[in-house]
Amino acid sequence: MQIDDVTSYERSIAKYLRQDRLPHIWCAGCGIGPVLNCFLRAIDSAELNPDLVSVVSGIGCSGRVAGYVKLDSFHTTHGRAIPFATGLKLANPQLKTVVFSGDGDLVAIGGNHLIHAARRNIDMTVICINNFTYGMTGGQVGPTAPLDVRTATTPYGNFEPPFNLPWLLHASGASYIARWTVLHLHQLELTIVEALRRPGFSFIEVISPCPAIYGRMNKEPEGLDSLRNYIKRSVIKHGAGPRETAIDHKGPIVVGKFLDIDQPTLQDHLIGVAAKAKKPVKK
Amino acid sequence: MKLWRTPFDRNPDAEPLGYIHIDKIRCKGCGFCAEYCPREVLHMGAELNYKGYKLAAIKDESKCLACGYCELICPEFAITLILNSNANKSEEKHPV
Repeated sequence: MQIDDVTSYERSIAKYLRQDRLPHIWCAGCGIGPVLNCFLRAIDSAELNPDLVSVVSGIGCSGRVAGYVKLDSFHTTHGRAIPFATGLKLANPQLKTVVFSGDGDLVAIGGNHLIHAARRNIDMTVICINNFTYGMTGGQVGPTAPLDVRTATTPYGNFEPPFNLPWLLHASGASYIARWTVLHLHQLELTIVEALRRPGFSFIEVISPCPAIYGRMNKEPEGLDSLRNYIKRSVIKHGAGPRETAIDHKGPIVVGKFLDIDQPTLQDHLIGVAAKAKKPVKK
Repeated sequence: MKLWRTPFDRNPDAEPLGYIHIDKIRCKGCGFCAEYCPREVLHMGAELNYKGYKLAAIKDESKCLACGYCELICPEFAITLILNSNANKSEEKHPV
């Protein structure tokens, strides 16, 4: 048996992964691992300089991503991943900043930062791992939990209508919005590559299983049950209108690339104002 | 020669296109690789690792087409696909 000395694994992701920290803390059947895998492959296929990629993550299970990558990374306080990434981007516009966080962190406590970053159209990529709950703190109801799902704090079913994230971001002014599930891995990788290469605020929502906390209460006790559910329910619909993308408890999950428009970023506006400010004032 | 699809008259004795290595320390037995392997190369075996997780195991490596989906979907970074550089050479020797 003669084998290649360089495997595809080593070619693409092993150099970006802190192997000494593995096995990681995520539960068996968690969806964050495949998303991280896709992200590391996307950095490789986008041919970015790894010295100029920085990963910022918030609090929660997905916040641990910052500790497992061999890139410049920072683990911020709850909800403050986007402000930190904004500062990084403004101080060094060459950086590719990636915010890797969960729905509880980005949409609940950091919700204001999310919509204002989208409004300013800051050049960054936000990967939101949506598992419909606060996994690390014991499964409280999250801002994206669909109606009627059972969680630790809503044992008779959720009574709060959830956020429709693509619609929220579309209305706030983001330039790139996509949604995939953990099963659409090749599509997710291509989407992350596209988002990393383009300027402007890119938002990628990934529907991910949470078997130990969310699935246990909703008849999906293993990660595989959630994935089988996604196969049945997911519908690929590129360019779907924001009203169609709401997620019900049992209804279809619309996935695909919803929005891709070119608009001036915060940096472009800043350069324009700076040029005006430098002109000598006529007296 | 690089083929994107295996021809129907592929030599049944040819070497597999890839070899799969499963890290027994990292595997947590979630079963994603076994469920979504398109050629049913992997399955959930009976062996337990040192933490008590049921390990994924290789059923029939000769069927492997080296698509790499197991490597991509593994949440634990436990699966490594080693491409076999010899596989296509033995293909060319086979008289069609």
